[in-house]
Amino acid sequence: MSSEPHAPAHESAHNTHHGHSHGHEAAHGTFNSYMTGFILSVILTAIPFWLVMGNVIESKALAVAIVMGLGAVQIVVHMIYFLHMNTKSEGGWTMLALIFTIIIVAIALAGSLWVMHHLNTNMMPMNPEMMKNLP
Amino acid sequence: MSAPHTASADKPTFYLTEEHHPENSTMLGFWIYLMSDCLMFAVLFATYAVLGRSYAAGPSPADLFDLNLVAINTAMLLFSSITYGFAMLRMEKGDKAGTLKWLAITGVFGLAFLGIELYEFHHLIHEGATPQRSAFLSAFFTLVGTHGLHVTFGCIWLVTLMVQVSKHGLIEANRRRLMCLSMFWHFLDVVWIGVFSLVYLIGVIG
Repeated sequence: MSSEPHAPAHESAHNTHHGHSHGHEAAHGTFNSYMTGFILSVILTAIPFWLVMGNVIESKALAVAIVMGLGAVQIVVHMIYFLHMNTKSEGGWTMLALIFTIIIVAIALAGSLWVMHHLNTNMMPMNPEMMKNLP
Repeated sequence: MSAPHTASADKPTFYLTEEHHPENSTMLGFWIYLMSDCLMFAVLFATYAVLGRSYAAGPSPADLFDLNLVAINTAMLLFSSITYGFAMLRMEKGDKAGTLKWLAITGVFGLAFLGIELYEFHHLIHEGATPQRSAFLSAFFTLVGTHGLHVTFGCIWLVTLMVQVSKHGLIEANRRRLMCLSMFWHFLDVVWIGVFSLVYLIGVIG
């Protein structure tokens, strides 16, 4: 950053070029980067829909894993090509906020599934007799 | 005493070198808002993941969801993302008419998405698959409905900005607003990736 407060003419010129000077440039894509992101997204969307709608894969677990994996890849593609994420913009603070959010999201998702799964499996089995005596 | 004081006031160099630019902090602040919104969606996704198989002897995703409709909906949102990108590229060139044209196309795709989603919801409720039917349907309507509500507000914001741009042109304030909406719009597309993967596709796989 080279802001010169005692040169107003230079300062305004600096401001108009500000968008391309430092860090901020990351927030703008080019036609090629948008098209790359779009084509990758179309491919990454088409494959899981084709897999599920055409019943291509017999194994359900494998199909679920592929759909989740391609979804994760597509989220990264959107982050890079549409949201212009990188480690440089805003001095790295957007990336830090993103990493923090991913950690919290992972804890919330994995924790909820883990706790509720154990809650379900450790539930005492109930017979119809007990059901009738429920309050 | 006063002479060195005014001299130092003339050249306050060491303060200004550290100063942040306001548009930079706006973008960072808006990004942090998006991250908090992301946490809210994460909770709704976690709720759906826990309750998504509690059908209460009611209909399951395989009975309810029409994947052709979901595929069209996904295409609408993806097209609206790329057309918003084109609007931003036009804005960079300072082309007001081009920006407005691409924003209008984005708005049409956004409204098409909402129309298809409302048709789907209406169809589900008509079949008796209401939010009250089972925990799965409650979680489904909350998650997908919250996303739809975000898209609705995104469309309102888009129309507002189109009026602003046509009235005042591509001034610095409008550029900043368009940048914020750009992040919001692409973020909604990212959330939709999670929705169609986890809710629709994996739901139909079973």
